[in-house]
This record gives sequence, structure tokens and C-alpha cells, in this order.
Amino acid sequence: MTPRVAGVLVNGLLLVAAVVTIAPLVWMVSVSFMAPGEASAFPPPLVPGQPTLLNYRELFAHAGMGRYLVNSVVLTVAVTLVSLSFNVAAGYAFAKLPFGGRDRIFKSLLAALVIPGQVAMVPLFLLLKQMGLVNTYGGVIVPAMASIFGIFVVRQYALSIPDQVLEAARIDGASEFRIFRSVIVPVLKPIIVTLAVFTALGTWNDFMWPLIVLNDSDLYTLPVALASLSREHVQDNELMMAGSVLTTLPALLVFLVLQRYYVDGIMLGSVKG
Amino acid sequence: MSAAAASRLFVAPALLVIGVFFFLPVVAALAVSFTDFDIYALADFGNMRFVGLQNYARLLETPLFWQAFGNTLYFVVIGVPLSVGTSLGLALLLHSRLVRFRDLFRTALFAPVVTTLVAVAVIWRYLFNTQYGLINYAFGGLGIERIDWLGDPTWAMPAIIVFAVWKNFGYNMLILLAGLQAIPEELYEAARIDGASFWRRFRHVTLPMLGPVMAMVNVLTIAGYFQLFAEPYVMTQGGPLQSTVSVLYFMYEEGFKWWNLGSASAVAFMLFLFILALTAVQLRLARWQQPA
Repeated sequence: MTPRVAGVLVNGLLLVAAVVTIAPLVWMVSVSFMAPGEASAFPPPLVPGQPTLLNYRELFAHAGMGRYLVNSVVLTVAVTLVSLSFNVAAGYAFAKLPFGGRDRIFKSLLAALVIPGQVAMVPLFLLLKQMGLVNTYGGVIVPAMASIFGIFVVRQYALSIPDQVLEAARIDGASEFRIFRSVIVPVLKPIIVTLAVFTALGTWNDFMWPLIVLNDSDLYTLPVALASLSREHVQDNELMMAGSVLTTLPALLVFLVLQRYYVDGIMLGSVKG
Repeated sequence: MSAAAASRLFVAPALLVIGVFFFLPVVAALAVSFTDFDIYALADFGNMRFVGLQNYARLLETPLFWQAFGNTLYFVVIGVPLSVGTSLGLALLLHSRLVRFRDLFRTALFAPVVTTLVAVAVIWRYLFNTQYGLINYAFGGLGIERIDWLGDPTWAMPAIIVFAVWKNFGYNMLILLAGLQAIPEELYEAARIDGASFWRRFRHVTLPMLGPVMAMVNVLTIAGYFQLFAEPYVMTQGGPLQSTVSVLYFMYEEGFKWWNLGSASAVAFMLFLFILALTAVQLRLARWQQPA
């Protein structure tokens, strides 16, 4: 095979794969602008005859989409901010500060990474019920306030900070909190952004736990609301596509803007195996 | 304040959260699985009784539990090789020196990974629609009869597998691409000088060098695919004829629809033990294949 033919073949295959991969997402956006019922035709129309915002208006006016959007944003921001502060502080301490049993505790945390989260779900539900957190924002936020994965990636990154930097700051008389705030956090900034993107997207997209712990529809996140709407509106193609756009577009945009950090996170996370 | 005192303050919040909301529930899961915890116990914990291994014994005699296990196994056995194979194929293409617009292709192929599972499951439900779905339309162009993808027990799980491959392949593709990029170019040069063909270079350089990464990708993907839940929840609700009820879907209904929480905990624990055993076997095999 000549390099020219090979080049056409490689790029051609990639182009086909990329088009097939992206097509469902493009189709979702297109159908979301169609008039109700328009997509239920054969052959299926690919572009709207007369683009309309009717479905989006309907979602906000009658399906409570505004409320779900607010719930998702509030929960994502809260979980990301709290878990970042807890994980970054702990990850730094595991890497750079001495305390009794440090390495033993870290080893047990690592070993626990093999436990699927679903194992804990039933007792966690009972525990949160006792605490009065079922059916509240707290039911989603509280169990997510720290994560082993988060501590792990911060620790790996913080290990590369030279001890001399800390020593110098201590000799200058800086307190441990001051060192953390003005020396460590700036150095850890890349991993903090990576972890923030990971946590935010994970929380935004999460489904099973919010489905279990939030029963009151006023508290539904977008994925939970969308799953429930899709059971009621099986035939309303266009409306459901508009709902899917609202649910997944924010995640896609965050990814596109902060792609580099997200990809770094995957590489770090893949070390955990 | 000493560094030691400060460090305790730094780790305490995270360890407290993980201890109380993860380790404690995992241990409690085992305890709850030995009780008949149900909706009456939910109202008053006093109604709970210790029943030993009864939940496990009863589950092993429940046909739906076995069907859920079989369905999940089907999903894993067919879905994981398809998924990892797709990831590997596209990683190899992306790694080729002949690629133009590599970053653009990579971003496009990776996009489904960051989408919201529920939202894209809703899209695919319409793509699989018997009458108006694009998939049957495309197949019609090839002269293939319409298939009732999500309404036919034979086709519902294959449809979910196709969807899962689309949603997930980008993740492993990135990891495998990084693995390919880490293989030293000299190895390929040496093979080329020895006159090895493209295929032989792939078999004797690429695959062995990629071995450890492949092993890790397989372990993580298998464990992940055993946790199938949202796809059937949104696309088929476990149907038709319970052909897409997965172990976790069964656990969800048992626990949070019928409130048999003791039994649900036993289901979750068995799934965990099964994944753990499978992971241990795979790691043993991987080590045995690569003595280094």
C-alpha cells in the first residue's frame, strides 16, 4: 500500500467514525427545534422545516425545567466546592505532612477503591434517613463531600513539591495554614482545576444516587427529571430532545472549554488500577 | 501549631466523611443483608429481625435474580470486547503518523463520554424507534426489515450494548492512545530493519508492549460494565419480558421500589464479591502472562 492510499484510508476511517459518533448529538439538537410531532414521520426528517423554540418554552413553562436546572446547578456547585477543599487539604497532608498511621490509612483508602459505591447505598440511605437528610439537597451533598479518588490524585501531584519549599516557609515563621494557602494551593492549581472539572461533571451527570435519595419532584436534578419525563412523554420526541439538550449541553461545553484538564484527569485516574 | 497537629486538621474532614458515609455503610451493608429489613422496619427499626443467610438462600432460588445475573453477564461478555476493541481500533488510527486534524478527531470521538447518560439514553431510545428511528431507516436503505429493537426480547440487550459502546469507547481510547505513545519508536525501527510487515510489527511489538495497559483497561471496563443500571432504566425499564433487567436494576427495584432493603443489600454484596473475585483472577492471569 502506498503512503498516499494509507493516508486516505486512515483519515477516511476516522472521519466516518467521528461522523457516526457525533451524529446522535447533532440530531438531538436538530430535533429539539422541530414542531411537536414533526420528527414522528417516515423517512425521519433531519432538519426542522421551520425551526421553533416551542419545546424549550414548553419545558420551562409546564415541565418545571427551570426548577431542575437550578437544583442541578446548586448541587453541582456545592459538591464541587466542598469536596475540593476537603480533598485538596487531605491529599496534601497525605503527601507532605507527617502524622501517625499516615501510610497505613492511605493504603486502606487505596484498597477501598475496588468497592463499588452501590454496595453502600442501602445503609447510606438508612443513615441519611436517620439524619433527616433524605429528600433534601443534603442527601446528595453530604456523602459526596470527600472522595478517595480526589485525595489520591491530589496526593500524587503534591508528592512532587520539594520539601525545601515548605522548610523555607516554616523558617520564615509562616503557620501551616498560611503555607497551605499561599504556597501549596498555587502550586496545586492545575490538579485543582482537573479535579474540579471531574467532580462537577460527575455530579452533574450522576443518576442512581439522586434518583434514590430525592423523591420530591421539586428537588429532582436534570437527569432524574429527564428520566421521569421520558416515561410520561414517550411519544413527544421533540420535547424530550429539547430536555436532553438542556441536560447534556452544559456538560459538553464545560468539557470543550477545559478539555486539557479533563484529559489529564483520565491519565491520573488510570493509574489507580 | 505543630505540623503534626495541622496535618490532623487537614485530613480530619475528608476522613470523617469517607469513614461515616462510605466505610460504615459498606460494613453495615453486610450486616443489613443478614436481616429481614423491610418497609415495616423502615417505620420502626424494632421490626427488624436477624435472619442469617436467608436472604442469600432465597435470592439463589429466585428466577429473576438469576435472569438479572445472566442478562448482566451477557452485557459484559459481549459489550466489553466490543467496547475495548472499538477503543483499540480507533486509538491505533489516531496514533498513525498519517492522521491530519488529530486533536479534532480525538475530541469528536471522546465527546459521548462526557455527555449525561440519561440524556443520551433518551436520544438512543428514539434512534432505535421501530417506525421513525434513524437506525431502522438506515437499515431499510440496505434492504433489511424493520426491527423492533427495544420491544423484542432478542434485540433489546444488543441495542443497549450498541448504545453502551458508543457512550464509553472514548475513555479507553484515550488511555490506550497514551499507552501507544509510550512505546519507544526504536522498537518499531528495529522491527522494520528486520523486514517485519505491518501486521507482524503489530503482533510482536505493539500488542506485547500494550499488554499491561490492556490488562488494566479490561479490569476497569469489566468492573464498570457489571454496574449496568441507567441504560435499562431509561431505555427499556428492564423489559421486554425482563430481558434487560440487570443485577443493579434488580437491586434498585428490590430495595427502593419494594423496600426489601435486607434482600437488596444481599444482592449488592453478591455483585461486589463477584466483581472482586473476577478482578483477582484477571490480575493473577495478567501477572502470569507478563513475568516481568
